[in-house]
Amino acid sequence: MATAELEDILERHRRDPLRLLQILIELQARDGWLPPATLSAVATALGLPRARVESTASFYSFLHTHPAGDYRILFSDNITDRMLGNMALMQALCGKLWLEPGKVSEDGLVSVATTSCTGMCDQGPALLANGRTITRLAPERIDEMAHLIRRRVPVGDWPPEWFHVEDNIRRRDVLLDHGLAPGQALAVALDRGATSILGEIERSALRGRGGAGFGSDIKWRSCRDAWGDAHYVICNADEGEPGTFKDRVLLASYFDLVVDGMCIAGMAIGANKGFIYLRGEYRYLLDRLETRLAQRREQGLLGRNILGCGFTFDIEIHLGAGAYICGEESALIESLEGKPGKPRIRPPFPVTNGYRGQPTTVNNVETLALAALIAVRGGEWFRAIGTPASTGTKLLSVSGDVERPGIYEFPFGVTMAEVLDAAGACDTQAVTSAGAAGHCLAADEFGRRIAFEDVATGGSIMVFDASRDMFEVARNFAHFFAHESCGFCTPCRVGTAVNARLMDKLAADHGSPYDLDEMAKMHRLMQGASHCGLGNTATIAIDDIVAKFRPAFERRLHSPEYEPAFDLDAALSQARRMTGRDDPGAHLGDNLEALAEERAHARDAAKPAPSSAAESAPSKDLQP
Amino acid sequence: MNDSFLLDGEDIPFTPGQTVMQAAAAAGKYIPHLCWHPDFAAHGSCKLCTVKIGGRFATSCTVRAAAGQEVENRTDELDAKRRTLLQLLFVEGNHFCPSCEKSGDCALQATAYEMGMLTPHFDHFYPDRPVDASHPDVLLEFNRCILCELCVRASREVDGKNVFALAGRGTRSHLVVNSDSGRLADTDFTASDRAAAVCPVGVILKKRLGFTVPIGARTYDLNPISAMGANAGQQADSRANAAHEKEVG
Repeated sequence: MATAELEDILERHRRDPLRLLQILIELQARDGWLPPATLSAVATALGLPRARVESTASFYSFLHTHPAGDYRILFSDNITDRMLGNMALMQALCGKLWLEPGKVSEDGLVSVATTSCTGMCDQGPALLANGRTITRLAPERIDEMAHLIRRRVPVGDWPPEWFHVEDNIRRRDVLLDHGLAPGQALAVALDRGATSILGEIERSALRGRGGAGFGSDIKWRSCRDAWGDAHYVICNADEGEPGTFKDRVLLASYFDLVVDGMCIAGMAIGANKGFIYLRGEYRYLLDRLETRLAQRREQGLLGRNILGCGFTFDIEIHLGAGAYICGEESALIESLEGKPGKPRIRPPFPVTNGYRGQPTTVNNVETLALAALIAVRGGEWFRAIGTPASTGTKLLSVSGDVERPGIYEFPFGVTMAEVLDAAGACDTQAVTSAGAAGHCLAADEFGRRIAFEDVATGGSIMVFDASRDMFEVARNFAHFFAHESCGFCTPCRVGTAVNARLMDKLAADHGSPYDLDEMAKMHRLMQGASHCGLGNTATIAIDDIVAKFRPAFERRLHSPEYEPAFDLDAALSQARRMTGRDDPGAHLGDNLEALAEERAHARDAAKPAPSSAAESAPSKDLQP
Repeated sequence: MNDSFLLDGEDIPFTPGQTVMQAAAAAGKYIPHLCWHPDFAAHGSCKLCTVKIGGRFATSCTVRAAAGQEVENRTDELDAKRRTLLQLLFVEGNHFCPSCEKSGDCALQATAYEMGMLTPHFDHFYPDRPVDASHPDVLLEFNRCILCELCVRASREVDGKNVFALAGRGTRSHLVVNSDSGRLADTDFTASDRAAAVCPVGVILKKRLGFTVPIGARTYDLNPISAMGANAGQQADSRANAAHEKEVG
């Protein structure tokens, strides 16, 4: 890149080290990758150690520190994309471009790989082409895409209908039918003042919609009461849970309500500055959102002296770059400060020590929109909806084996069966209640209610009918977490990787009950020992699936005893080729069978021996 | 009256603000750990120091001590978890103790002995991690890195140099060196840096000193790591420093 262009980007970001990630995202978009010289130049310009810049550049999936091609095609690889045939489409594209997945073409033109769920599960299979979302992939689109890439047509000139993203709103309730004009909620809130609004939020018993369900009034009050030079509001739009896409719809079609909610939160906690942390997968929304923020500034609905009330609050949008962990609030703040998104040690919590170490409230997109609604309609009104412990409505992102995938707004307390019925699900065998990180329900549990006190959810409902192989669901989740673990703590970093390997071992027909026990052991270790919510929840769905859909695993267990991950006899084939031998003595198979027979005899002779399982246990450890 | 809490049934005094680990160390009690070091701010990443407080898991190097807490430490349940964590660390990297010059001075190895870890148990990952032998006095053997960031912290906080950082994500996390070339020789790192003496495993090795003290006479050959309380890491440090001083002096 020309030095002048780099200077221009650095200047626009005021050479602020806290904006390192935003700078790298821009450079990546311009150059297609981040060459070593660029990292050095950025480090010098920002006064940062080069290794710090490299830390950030190498942490995020959408930043490349090695050439990744002029065209970078990333297929969304959520289980719902898989069910819609994304793998065959990826193979087809690779075939047409003479490529191996994950590798750059010889001429440096193109690379094709997978990425975590892009939030288009209701209109998949989806992919990102140089960061731009393409939905509803089909073989014809893949054919044409290969042509366009070979002819070097810029992604911006590809057929516009490919980039079309639908809202697919299927059921509206109080939020999606709010009927408020832009700024209306904000005007009411400014009129009533912070104390009154905090009172309404408390009366509403609003709980965070990201999934954890923390009381919003407690969060806002503790943030307001915390001492600091400045307070901050962060809208968590890093909607990364596989199978969820409701925040995308709120941002695309209900943005004013979200911004009103942010301004109201700002007023309530005493902040003048807010950030929207927009996941990189939703980059296509950025220009639209920026435009709307600019319009609101002109309309007196944002910025200095809002609505003439003397309240100043402005919002900046920061982009993520492909890291699920940044949905965790302290990791999000690290990312917002330009660093790798690794969760902080807590306490202290963000409400006292957040962005730049200052009191910060991080709220989900949906929570902020609801706060705006509550400011107008009142806490009592809101509290009358839903259940006593889970007030209001919940947006559900429904995808998978349903006739009508999309967004469903239901009052809390709705049963899973009702949701499935509304979405047109038939012959359903399983449903995820909170994406890859929550419980997986079997058919006998569909009478359970969606509520914090029963089935808590961030809203990711993925539906699997009886034709689906639940083993593949669990395997997809295991790989997802191995890819997304930030790597900070031992149990999550290595535990997720071990799980992914065990699932691959089962998939390769080398599994035994021993491997299932190993996964259960990882579940017990990671829950409790992990540093943050990612590690603590990474095995919940997998553990549920193993327990509830065991036949899907058992038919892959080819031996009742321990099986190594590799084929012992195949490992000898090279030695056989080199020595020119092929006699029975050069094969392990027969010997192994004889050995097994010998062992069986020995066991029979030792009967009755109830402790035989315990005796054989240590030998597992001695396996390679 | 001093505040105190119970560690495996024993009364441990603490001063307000101390973590469970700090108070235990001050009282000469061993809570297994790898990324914690008394001279540096807690990192909380290795999770070896996981204890149970009131029945809930907690990281003892980051959780504050509180009066009346009942802390479980060396229970079978917790040591079994620690054994698994150690096995995960062993298979994630390339740890071949018999050929490692840090053997006997290595906290990972010593802690594994202490926890009764007999085998790596899991399939090895065998990562590809080239060494950096560029520096005249120090070798970087990345194969053994456990990502504790002690060198990162020491270089930043004590040496004021920022020679090291962690890069990458997940199992691709790795130590990087702060130079355009990525080589240690192209930094201002010296063998007398604190960061050169703080590695609990065999990544940062001073050249030509590997076998000054023979195997059998090394830090953890003489005493198990649990007998050294909080000073385990420091003693290994000072042995390395003494050897270095003998060399240069």
